[in-house]
Amino acid sequence: MSLNTSKIRADFPIFQRRINNNPLIYFDNAATTQKPRQVIESIKNFYEKHNANVHRAVYSLSQEATELYENARKQIAKFINSNPSEIIFIRGTTEAINLIAYSWGLNNLKQDDEILVSELEHHSNIIPWEIISKRNRANTKYTKITDDGTLDLEDLKDKISKKTKIMSISHVSNVTGIINDIKKISKIAHENNSLILVDGAQSVPHMKVDVEELDIDFLAFSGHKMLGPTGIGVLYCKNNHYENMDPFHGGGEMIKDVNFNTKTQKSEIVWNSPPWKFEAGTPNIAGSIAFMEAVKYLDRIGMDRVLNHEKVLTEYAFNRLKDCKKTTIYGPLDPSLKCGIISFNVTGLSSHDVALFADNFGIMIRSGYHCAQPFHKVFDLKSSARASFYIYNTIEEIDRFVEVLKEIEHF
Amino acid sequence: MSTLDDFISRIEKTCGEEKSTIVTFKYNKKAEITKRILERAKMNRSLAGIIYELSFKGKTFRLYASGKAIFKGVKEKEVLSKILPELIL
Repeated sequence: MSLNTSKIRADFPIFQRRINNNPLIYFDNAATTQKPRQVIESIKNFYEKHNANVHRAVYSLSQEATELYENARKQIAKFINSNPSEIIFIRGTTEAINLIAYSWGLNNLKQDDEILVSELEHHSNIIPWEIISKRNRANTKYTKITDDGTLDLEDLKDKISKKTKIMSISHVSNVTGIINDIKKISKIAHENNSLILVDGAQSVPHMKVDVEELDIDFLAFSGHKMLGPTGIGVLYCKNNHYENMDPFHGGGEMIKDVNFNTKTQKSEIVWNSPPWKFEAGTPNIAGSIAFMEAVKYLDRIGMDRVLNHEKVLTEYAFNRLKDCKKTTIYGPLDPSLKCGIISFNVTGLSSHDVALFADNFGIMIRSGYHCAQPFHKVFDLKSSARASFYIYNTIEEIDRFVEVLKEIEHF
Repeated sequence: MSTLDDFISRIEKTCGEEKSTIVTFKYNKKAEITKRILERAKMNRSLAGIIYELSFKGKTFRLYASGKAIFKGVKEKEVLSKILPELIL
């Protein structure tokens, strides 16, 4: 059943806005999504009625805040079919990958060990590994992508070896929207005694992701790309890996005891249990609660319907873009293989020209590298324009977008 | 006396290999700046009153009605700091 986009859009106050005298068409959902009033109001409600620090205080207000915060953890755990103890609240996908790179990587990667990423990764799934490789004298290797922008599984099988200790791969490319077969990749990783971290920034918001079914070790995703606020995200960490991980940040909340010996002037520290061991300092309490509201909102729609809606929009856009003779699309043209992301260029124009022209019509699209410079290098692209869809986007918006593209092709 | 800060909100390099620079005009000044630039620069071509390709002092750039200009191949803000006062002030 298709989504009732009129009903959904009524929940998003931002769509009352006009940009450059046009109704807002928001096609930069791979960067961040708009927020429904349920999420916005949950932040307001927390600060107006429940604001207190979590975990440490005995008074009622703190207990309310703690309950809300821990309920958020439970709700999000359920959303990806994991346990609350496996959910670490962090700022977003980037911090989640950095946490694993430092907390697990510094301790477990030795000289000449290998980390396997791919050419289609976002910089946030490359740079942390390059930093740790340099520190521990390990090597970051890159799985190739094929001519249509899909992950080359044969190359992945060639590159994985006894030296590979962790594979860190995007579930969905933020440039082409291609969905990687993580179940298959996870099997390859585990058969070779490698762990697997999945960058779920572009998959968890758009499709059902079940960590048990995929059999993955770590999953990173961000709240703001799935209707939640910025500054909150999740690292899923399979329980049995905690024992091999030191804390990422030190401070309050992540310790059980600091036994200070007044004679020796030394402290003996006992870490808190995970996941709190990895949540130093006062967390983003309101953000976590708002993230829970976002997850509830998506759950009410159903993730299968979310993905189906994006596929319908993508297929429609592909068909309409055939009218744009100077427009080249990158990645597979089969919508069944993708989420709702389309990267493209218009001959003779830079991606920024296209984005600025669209902006005049109230259409928000991205231009540049999309933090995926290796992908653009492989395809010899100076940059690309990107339109990415979500639950509130419509066929009519795509029609408008295509008409604008056709117009700029005359320049 | 007016300065560039009165008219420009941001100057930043674009993301991508082109390494162009985008100048964003202050929202409430964009109509005034656009008018001035169109009077002072040479028009090469335009489309629908939305995008203008212009030349000024040997530099080609594109001006958008939404209040932005892209200077292609200009990587240094210093280069723009010489052109922009003559174009805008």
